[in-house]
Amino acid sequence: MMPPAIACVDLVRRFGTFTAVDRITLQAHVGSVFGFLGPNGSGKSTTIRMLCGLLAPTSGQAIVDGIDVARDPESVKRRIGYMSQKFSLYEDLTVRENLEFYGGIYGIGRRGRRARIDETLERTDLTDNPDTLVRELSVGVRQRLALGGALLHRPRILFLDEPTSGVDPISRRRFWSLIHELTAEGATILVTTHYMDEAEQCDRIALIRSGKLVADGSPADLKRELMPWPILSIDCANPFEALDIIARTPGVRDAALYGVHIHAVVEDTAVADALRTALEASGHAVYRIEGVAATLEDVFVAAAEGDADA
Amino acid sequence: MQRVIELVRKEFRQLRRDRQMMPMMLVAPVIQLIVFAFAISTDIRNLPVAVCDMDRTASSRDLIRELTSSEYFRLIGRFDRHGDADRWLDEGRASVIIIVPRGFERDLKSGDTADLQVLLDGSDPNTATVAMSYLSRLIQSRSVRILSDRSIRSGRVAASSPSITAETRTWYNPTLASALFMVPGAMCVIIGMSATIATALAIVREREIGTMEQLIVTPLQSWELMLGKTLPYLAVGMVNMAAILIANALIFHVPVRGSLTLLLALGGVFLIASLYLGLLISTLSRTQQQAMLTAFFFLMPNFLLSGFMFPIANMPQVLQWATTLLPLRYFLVMVRGIFLKGSGFSEMTDQFWPLTIITVAIGVVAVSRFQKRLD
Ligand SMILES: Nc1ncnc2c1ncn2[C@@H]1O[C@H](COP(=O)(O)OP(=O)(O)OP(=O)(O)O)[C@@H](O)[C@H]1O
Ligand SMILES: [Mg+2]
Repeated sequence: MMPPAIACVDLVRRFGTFTAVDRITLQAHVGSVFGFLGPNGSGKSTTIRMLCGLLAPTSGQAIVDGIDVARDPESVKRRIGYMSQKFSLYEDLTVRENLEFYGGIYGIGRRGRRARIDETLERTDLTDNPDTLVRELSVGVRQRLALGGALLHRPRILFLDEPTSGVDPISRRRFWSLIHELTAEGATILVTTHYMDEAEQCDRIALIRSGKLVADGSPADLKRELMPWPILSIDCANPFEALDIIARTPGVRDAALYGVHIHAVVEDTAVADALRTALEASGHAVYRIEGVAATLEDVFVAAAEGDADA
Repeated sequence: MQRVIELVRKEFRQLRRDRQMMPMMLVAPVIQLIVFAFAISTDIRNLPVAVCDMDRTASSRDLIRELTSSEYFRLIGRFDRHGDADRWLDEGRASVIIIVPRGFERDLKSGDTADLQVLLDGSDPNTATVAMSYLSRLIQSRSVRILSDRSIRSGRVAASSPSITAETRTWYNPTLASALFMVPGAMCVIIGMSATIATALAIVREREIGTMEQLIVTPLQSWELMLGKTLPYLAVGMVNMAAILIANALIFHVPVRGSLTLLLALGGVFLIASLYLGLLISTLSRTQQQAMLTAFFFLMPNFLLSGFMFPIANMPQVLQWATTLLPLRYFLVMVRGIFLKGSGFSEMTDQFWPLTIITVAIGVVAVSRFQKRLD
């Protein structure tokens, strides 16, 4: 079997006394999309920074393409592309100037560089504004440029830290089709996101909370393992107030708003009748209650709200 | 080296595009030079003088006319009662009071010593000292003995400052001769300060806005990054120096008696010391604001202790030792030597080697602290 493209072994990072990443162990296989999920401040970016050699781990190992990052960070840097969460290209340069600069830094020769830049502009849909100052670009276009900068030297391993935050749905879809294209070509991509539809598209997901790994597996695995209970989708009047009543009904393990509906994790679908009675007794018209398949969001909410030392 | 060139090219692109930085880096040094040379000038001009002539004779009028017709003093008023002198000084209307006592002409004519009283506003001791020396020279030329009731006021200067006559010759400048002293010094201070601040800010800015993070994940080596961020400012520093030399030739006409090439070459060495200092400061600061404050913390002693404003020989022994650590101290002596005395390199080895050693030392510390890491 091929060694994993990305691996963490008991990775720990402390800032002073605060532990941002707490013994994380995970593996991403060559040619896969690995999704890294967790609430704000759970340590996703910190983990990625250690994998890229930007931060030194307090303890544990980060291994990228078989190389220990702590031992040989420079070899790792040649093999990876990194798109940081905060936009980090030059706003006072144009799109093309940014790519030219990074092309030069990655040692792409003058002659080859032009063709490579054109190819990258094409791939990331930037052919319309190659000579615009980055300062003048919208968030979506900037993110595409940042991805272009990370792809320019054709790395086999890509770290994308919230690449689609602030990007509209159509652009997000394009972003993801590019991600699938790249993995089809054999690249390995570790991506963080807060969008569940994006998480569904990953081959494997790691869920972290307060620096600790909570769950790890394919989206289907996670749903099965973390959500063994049926879920009812409830459509009723005044869902905000109704949420409280539903949560207090016996047989309901958890309830959360899900768009304009409420998702209740129940021990048995038969609880539906009790819910209808309780809601109508308190004056909430019930339009519809039906069993639904667990989504990743259900899993995520359940895992994120679980007790911290679970 | 290819990567260093890319970095330098990028830095210049950004500089060219920055509407604030560019003028600040090229025009500001010239303006600073002008401000330094005029504002810190030790010459006095048009100092306001009030006169109390109690003698009212031809001799007293003659004397007063002669004293106040020079370009140094300007007669702004007269008063009759001796006691009003306080008011003129307190209200700050006059900096100098000349009182001619009754019997002045009689004493002169009878061959006795004629007395004259001069009161100076000592709240600015420098000006007071210079004014005193101008006055005494003017009066001496008329061979009149002054009653040196030099009630220098406001308590900051001892009432009978014994240094007045001693310093007369040092400070006396019949023309705008302080430019001779100020221009070379100001040039040194300005190019050093600009280079240090520009380098520190250039690096910290990238860290602050986040672009440094992207640079760090590239295969760029620490030394390449360092060179790429300092070389542009070495070039800017050399341009600054040239601009100041041109401004001097046009405005101040302080002649460069020695070799211009030597001056520029030494400027290069001093600039490297200043760039390293900027690099060091960048490793100590997280934000541009912090970098500015840290830079001032390092640069302030340069102003005060390098010999730019006060002669090192007059400082307490401990401070004199401290000055041996300042690159500016050595550069200043060499530059003044080249400007004023036409010194050649062989006369400067005592300055050149310490400067080189200190430059290397700052470089070693800065480079060892400059890590290609986020933390
Ligand atoms: N340089 C640092 N110094 C101190 N604390 C830090 C530092 N970097 C991160 N942290 C802390 O570590 C924790 C994890 O941060 P991290 O950025 O890894 O979270 P994240 O999962 O990426 O969150 P988000 O979804 O908001 O991006 C946070 O509490 C953060 O405040
Ligand atoms: Mg993050």
